[in-house]
Amino acid sequence: MLLIHCPYCAEERPETEFAHAGEAHIERSTEMNALTDEGFSKFFFYRDNTKGTTFERWRHIHGCGRYFNAARDTVSDKFLTTYKAGEPKPDLSKLVDDQTNAGAKS
Amino acid sequence: MRRFSGFAVAREAMRAHKGWGQQWDNPEPKSSYDVIIIGAGGHGLATAYYLAKEHGITNVAVLEKGWLGGGNTGRNTTIIRSNYLFDESAGLYNHAVNLWEGLSQDLNYNVMFSQRGVMMMAHNVHDVQVFKRHVHANRLNGVDNEWLTPEQAKAYCPPLDISKSARYPVMGAALQRKGGTARHDAVAWGYARAAAARGVHIIQNCEVTGIKRGQGGEVTGVETSRGFIGAKKVGVVAAGNTSHVMQMADVQMPLESFPLQALVSEPVKPCFPCVVMSNTVHAYISQSDKGELVIGAGTDQYTSYSQTGGLHVIQHTLDAICEIFPIFSRMKMLRSWGGIVDVTPDRSPIIAQTPVPGLYVNCGWGTGGFKATPGSGHVFAHTIAKAAPHKINEGYTMERFTTGRLIDEAAAAAVSH
Repeated sequence: MLLIHCPYCAEERPETEFAHAGEAHIERSTEMNALTDEGFSKFFFYRDNTKGTTFERWRHIHGCGRYFNAARDTVSDKFLTTYKAGEPKPDLSKLVDDQTNAGAKS
Repeated sequence: MRRFSGFAVAREAMRAHKGWGQQWDNPEPKSSYDVIIIGAGGHGLATAYYLAKEHGITNVAVLEKGWLGGGNTGRNTTIIRSNYLFDESAGLYNHAVNLWEGLSQDLNYNVMFSQRGVMMMAHNVHDVQVFKRHVHANRLNGVDNEWLTPEQAKAYCPPLDISKSARYPVMGAALQRKGGTARHDAVAWGYARAAAARGVHIIQNCEVTGIKRGQGGEVTGVETSRGFIGAKKVGVVAAGNTSHVMQMADVQMPLESFPLQALVSEPVKPCFPCVVMSNTVHAYISQSDKGELVIGAGTDQYTSYSQTGGLHVIQHTLDAICEIFPIFSRMKMLRSWGGIVDVTPDRSPIIAQTPVPGLYVNCGWGTGGFKATPGSGHVFAHTIAKAAPHKINEGYTMERFTTGRLIDEAAAAAVSH
């Protein structure tokens, strides 16, 4: 079971309190009527499904109930960071460096 | 290839079984092949076998990053059934069941196919309606499926608790008598042996690291951990790693990869005569010929390539099994493991050509690919050989996610997969 840090509650809680909500930073077009079939398909069905660091949404469904984003390595299942919805993607190279340094120290 | 037979067994018994020899070669990769299949699981090996057998294409290599059958082929719960709702699914999965029935003879390898019946239990009014609809749809498509009362279900599977006071009362069941199990490793080994006997190269410990393309965008070969290997056609059959491999050719897929877990108990004497599935409470159980209870859990909620999952997912399944089969409540579980399954939005596979000339893909089998192994390989081999789909997999394109012609078994099953 994963341990997940909710950026709103500022607490690390067990995975069973959370619901995974798919890939993060997928923007819904403000002009859905103008979207082509291919464009809609990309938005709705196609996913990066990254092997490595992925950005994903979680919802603290049995806690504050709010959506937030996370960067997680899908090979090790380790979280690099979690951050509030609406905040920009964190700088990946810095995150990975931080993790490596933290690992080296401990 | 030395044929297996009763005579061969008797002969080997006379000389301490020292004459069986190696069942398939371990060749060095050639500089190029007509067709390269990426992934030596059941589906990939079956594809290579049918390319050689049905289409006479024997200059084929199957590349595997690990060992043969070490992915989902060796990790599934070995259930075979074809009682899906839609016409396209009936065509594909029943094609597979028909091939399963003659597979041991065809491969000259005992895959231990056992048609012990697959029973799907209904616990509420919604289940009853959904399963009856499936029974009717299946029968119209010539797929074996029948409705059982709780008493008939109990007679077919005696360990079942059908008492009115049960936490999950049994209101009936849908039984597919032609469904059952097969020995998963034997399927991989049987296809590997039969394909190798026809000249197919099976190359293990050879990870594909890139897909090379020519000036017109067409596939020219693959970069691997053992150097470049040329090919006119490449078939990707990489299950959970399909998105990752397809990215090497700049193709995004409508797939997400999730961990799916299974576990087995200590072996006991034969006590469980069939396969039982309960989608509503998620119990999924059968007994292997070795005597272990083989139990399938659900997928974890997050995407992952870790081949492991959360303990609470297993626990959820065991909770349900102990309620429905109280006799198993004190069984010890021996081993659990995870595989990575590639799931499409409509829970039906993709067996098709791709936008890249010469690149083919067979993926998206999600939580239930083992049952389709022979059918999948058979139609995918046709698709690669003819550069056009077989009639059976015409609908299983990637384009269906643009046109909207989904094969929505996700909605039809009405459960989480």
